[in-house]
Amino acid sequence: MDFALSEEQRMLQDSISGYLESGCPLTRVREVAEEREDRADDIWNELTNLGVHGVLVDEDYGGVGLGHLEASLIAEALGNAVAPVPYVASSIMAPTALAAAGSDEQKEAWLPRIAGGEVVVGVGVSEQIGRRETEGVSSTDGKLNGKAMFVLDGASADVLIIASDDGALHLVDPNGPGVTRNKLKTIDRTRTVAEVVLDGAVGDVLPGSIDDREPLLTTIDVGRVILAADTLGAAQSMLDTSVDYAKERRQFNRVIGSFQAVKHMCAEMAAELEPCRSLVWYTAHAYSAIPEEGRLMACHAKAHLAEVGKFVARKSTEVHGGMGITDLLGLHYWFKRIGFNRQLLGAPELVRAEAARVQEWV
Amino acid sequence: MDLEYSPEYRAFRDEVRDFLEENKHRAPNQTRMIPGRPNSAKGWQQLLIEHGYAARTIPKEYGGYGAEPDILKTRIIAEEFARARVPPGHSGDNRLVPTVLELGTEEQKQWLVPPSVRGEMTWCQGYSEPGSGSDLASLSTKAELDGDEWVINGQKIWTSGAQNADMMFCLVRTEPDAPKHNGISYLVFSMDTPGIEVRPLVSMMGDAFFNEVFFTDVRVPKDQIIGKRGEGWFVANTTLRYERGGLGDPNEAENRLNRIVDMMKRETVSGERLIDNPIYRDRLLKLQGQILAMKFNGMRVLSHNIKGEEPGMARWIVKLNGCELNHQMAGLAIDVLGELGLLYDGSDYLRDGGFWQARYMLDLGLIIGGGTAQIQKNMIGERALGLPKEPKVEEARARA
Repeated sequence: MDFALSEEQRMLQDSISGYLESGCPLTRVREVAEEREDRADDIWNELTNLGVHGVLVDEDYGGVGLGHLEASLIAEALGNAVAPVPYVASSIMAPTALAAAGSDEQKEAWLPRIAGGEVVVGVGVSEQIGRRETEGVSSTDGKLNGKAMFVLDGASADVLIIASDDGALHLVDPNGPGVTRNKLKTIDRTRTVAEVVLDGAVGDVLPGSIDDREPLLTTIDVGRVILAADTLGAAQSMLDTSVDYAKERRQFNRVIGSFQAVKHMCAEMAAELEPCRSLVWYTAHAYSAIPEEGRLMACHAKAHLAEVGKFVARKSTEVHGGMGITDLLGLHYWFKRIGFNRQLLGAPELVRAEAARVQEWV
Repeated sequence: MDLEYSPEYRAFRDEVRDFLEENKHRAPNQTRMIPGRPNSAKGWQQLLIEHGYAARTIPKEYGGYGAEPDILKTRIIAEEFARARVPPGHSGDNRLVPTVLELGTEEQKQWLVPPSVRGEMTWCQGYSEPGSGSDLASLSTKAELDGDEWVINGQKIWTSGAQNADMMFCLVRTEPDAPKHNGISYLVFSMDTPGIEVRPLVSMMGDAFFNEVFFTDVRVPKDQIIGKRGEGWFVANTTLRYERGGLGDPNEAENRLNRIVDMMKRETVSGERLIDNPIYRDRLLKLQGQILAMKFNGMRVLSHNIKGEEPGMARWIVKLNGCELNHQMAGLAIDVLGELGLLYDGSDYLRDGGFWQARYMLDLGLIIGGGTAQIQKNMIGERALGLPKEPKVEEARARA
């Protein structure tokens, strides 16, 4: 019995964080955000070299074939650095969907290219969690019609995986006939979402997802775990920044961290956030090792991190006083990243309602 | 991450289970914990010690079982006793006994530990005073040396179980001119000593869990001091460390949550099951997420402890979060019961024997006791996050 990261997992964490510290400073994040670029190519490429995009891809397909805990540790590091690169959909949800439901041909076509950082895959499953501004996506005779909203990592993705209302997953060429893609502007400029209008578009269905919702649900679960881990990293950064600031900033001849009002805000953030680390670790581990608990834990990790992330984002901003809300300080990149993670793949109330169904309470 | 138990521990769990299956009919019927009076069914305690399920790591020469410390086995014992709903054994007093074993003289160990372990010598803790709660080190109950005896005068408060205990371990000021942390000594004495008066302090729950204890010229032999004169604060911190280790069992919290789930499936309002009310249900689910997070945090702390590592922040937050969650759980249970939630005192229609109503009040007390939530936040801020202490009033005045 050892509830802890292995030596290898700590090394992975250190190597990703170590790179991001130098390769993804706030100045670089700001450039990408201000230029409204869809991703930072330099960071993307270096992450490719570190094996990030192939973390869940089997070695047979050119990946490194690690587990969900490793994938979460990477997400945590990316969230910590507010790294402006696709990850949750392209590197995690897409390979999950392909592995769960793809044909050999589809896997061979896409998994090595995902692992090699050659393609970005957008994933559109929001309609299957909660439809807004769309009547959904229908699939008849190989033709897709309707609109997929909030397609994750979707703005300049080379290929999309879109879920139709029957739960089937389809590979869709965003530049193919009958497909219109429109990038949506969000609060967070470090990741992208798109709306995708389908008008008789031809999809390449993942055969394992026909008449079986499980691949879709698994894809959503894993995405939720990764968003939770991203929030964990981002919130930890906000707490650390707050504590550093509270040790430096002086008012009334004292550093403000010596005032209980400020100290207690920091302590409350820490008290809320620290157990989240264990929740994310357990959830990610469970998803690989204790499958019967995976779905419930994914719901709880997603919902709980959304709540704690929101709390930390708000308190951290307050600790920084007026500077907290300025663009100059840049704290808002973390604030917005946490906000983005909260709403996507089910806001907490919806995800908790699902947790009740998973437990057969209702 | 390895959440499996190795064969050695699986075998140990089986052994505990078999023991309980075979012997639980001999266990005393214990419905309510009385502080200062560990389960006094001595035959049962003796049987548990013989098998290593009580006083496990206390050396044999002091009446214990004499096993090497093994945190996981201790945990397994606790889990299996809880599962079998059998009263666990004790190790004398989990604050006093480890302190004496660590800092007491050989005579003190022989005198105090074996009868405590047998349940023949029970303890209460004389720390807090009316004027010294969170600022415990400012305590003013004084002890002056007169020949071979300490003479104690003053008052303690919040003394759990003082009305039943045989003995008290007590912090007193022996060096009035020393800085406050360096002027305290740690004395032990019988509650039958002349000059001690115990007055029950009735709580909002209607019981006298706590007491006030008054000392008037209480004479205690000079050698009944643990550690050196003036070092009582540091001796007490040894004790507090042991006490803190015992707070907030996340498995217990999860069991309690499951009781609420069962109740919400069973109880109805206007014919609708409580769990079908989306607002009640969402509150329940929110708590479930928090409790799971604390459960896994507990597993992480346990793993650090097993390896002899300092768990850091994961440990500092346990008391604050654990007590708060327990209180919120009781609050939810009462709210979902609506008007039924205000019944009390064995009333008709009372649910769960009034457990939730009592817990709601008791758990608020536990948020305050053993270091208030605000003191916990100071400790998290200062010791774990490294934020500076509040400047002393004198310093602030000098600067102004």
